[in-house]
Amino acid sequence: MNPAKPRPNLWLYGYVGVIFAFVFTPIITTVVFAFDVNRYPSLPMGGLTLDWFRQVLADASLSRGVRTSLSVALCSAVVATALGFAGAYVDYRYRFLGKNLYLALLTLPPLVPVVILGLAMLTFQSRIGLAGSVQGLIVGHIVLCAPFALALIRMRLASLDPDIEAAAWNLGATQLSTLRSVILPFCLPTILACLFLTAAVSFDEFMIAWFVGGTNETLPVRVLAMLQGQVSPRINAVGTLVFGLSIALVLISQLFNPGRRGRTQN
Amino acid sequence: MNSRTVIPVTTGDAVVPTGHAAPRRTRRRARGARFALGLALPPLVWQLAFFIGPLLVLVAMTFWSVKMFRLTPDLALGNWTHLLSSSFFWDAYLYTFWVAALSAVLASVLALPVSYALARKVSPRLQRLAILLLIVTFFTSYPVRTYAWQIVFSPSGILNSLLALIGVEPILILNTTSATVVGFLTLTMPLVILIQTFAIASVDQRLIEAAYNLGCSHGRTLFTVLFPSARIGLILAGTFAFVLSFGDYISPALLGGSRPPTLSILLTDQVKSGNHWPRAAVVAVTMILTLLTVVLGMLALAYRKKGAAA
Repeated sequence: MNPAKPRPNLWLYGYVGVIFAFVFTPIITTVVFAFDVNRYPSLPMGGLTLDWFRQVLADASLSRGVRTSLSVALCSAVVATALGFAGAYVDYRYRFLGKNLYLALLTLPPLVPVVILGLAMLTFQSRIGLAGSVQGLIVGHIVLCAPFALALIRMRLASLDPDIEAAAWNLGATQLSTLRSVILPFCLPTILACLFLTAAVSFDEFMIAWFVGGTNETLPVRVLAMLQGQVSPRINAVGTLVFGLSIALVLISQLFNPGRRGRTQN
Repeated sequence: MNSRTVIPVTTGDAVVPTGHAAPRRTRRRARGARFALGLALPPLVWQLAFFIGPLLVLVAMTFWSVKMFRLTPDLALGNWTHLLSSSFFWDAYLYTFWVAALSAVLASVLALPVSYALARKVSPRLQRLAILLLIVTFFTSYPVRTYAWQIVFSPSGILNSLLALIGVEPILILNTTSATVVGFLTLTMPLVILIQTFAIASVDQRLIEAAYNLGCSHGRTLFTVLFPSARIGLILAGTFAFVLSFGDYISPALLGGSRPPTLSILLTDQVKSGNHWPRAAVVAVTMILTLLTVVLGMLALAYRKKGAAA
């Protein structure tokens, strides 16, 4: 293709390798040293052990954190995906005055630093008596997660020919039944993907949870507290488990999501 | 491949089918409006109530006062004057801005060759794999990754034990700005690479071929055709890196040792230990205003008319 293609660019590929190594060093370090016997990680490594994992699994505050995180993630994912779907469909189907403002409002939250979101939600929720509750935490996570669902579902809808819906209407279907029997089935894989993806976003979020959660510590908040304490290989073990769980959520989400390339209709 | 390629165009005019169907009967139209509102309102109401509402309270709270350790709604300017006249606030502001800008530039420059390779050089399979790997990093706990850098950089840690093997002096960067920058790069690099890759990949191949056909050298094609054509994406990527770094709390706290403090550290300190929420709100509002200014400025730069470009 490329007419001026120079020799196979080893320098360039080497450089790409270095940058990827940089990006993945923290992840690999965490996983590797979760199995190290030594209390203070350094090279060469000591022997292998599963002790840190055993300690983590036996830690009551961590398992409470996991339970809180999972229930918050589940509730946030369901509501955020529903709101995201509604917003994406409105953008796909309608044109109206102020639509850009409407969309900006629905997609803006992830662009606001979480420190600020956390503080704003804390002050607001403490006025209405929601702060410090699991419900308040879920409310905050829905705000943050809904835009991701909206973006993903909107991309899926972009590959659906709008005439198909019109055809259903001409054949006498109501808008609601068209939505149910045409749009929803078409979006279903993406909706499932969004459920897992938004769950992953919520599961990893620590700042809003830290500000708003009060005594309901989620797992990331618990981990953050450990980080600000002393060095302990248990953190690597928790980190490895957390990485595993959130990566699993994302990969499952990828499995479902047909993305842009899915066929319009058969 | 076939007629489906027109789809993006038709979705832009999504009202057209509605236009066909709507005039039928007014009753049907009324039901359609109810249906539309039933879909459009829930997300709107939710975000107004739980996103815009909190931000408005935040702005209002910058004028409230703390009397006898109790937050009282007020119209006092004291919080603003207190912070804006104190040198520690401005030191933190300039430091935060500077480190975030430095990290954004570094991330953009370091990522560019990678994005170029991913967009134009590697096989589609490798490209998909690389993109998936980068996306996966967004979902690996950022605090834990930061902690991993602590392990790497600690005085007797991994980096220094490696350096000792080859007889190099230990590097002590933990609790310095360099470590904070490393943390910021960990946070922003995957996103920057992804945005840059999409931007570079979507530049029209014919443009590049034209440049070669006209005798343009490889390097010159990159810098005068390819990168300028991908300008919007490249600028957006850098802007995202700035926004993420500017608001980050984790790296300055865990890698930079909180010294000098960044705005996010000032903010959290005022809430968690100082318990002076209105002052924290002032910090937050200045951060929002700064980010808005930077983002709008960068958007203007990205979308400015061709004639103004050098």
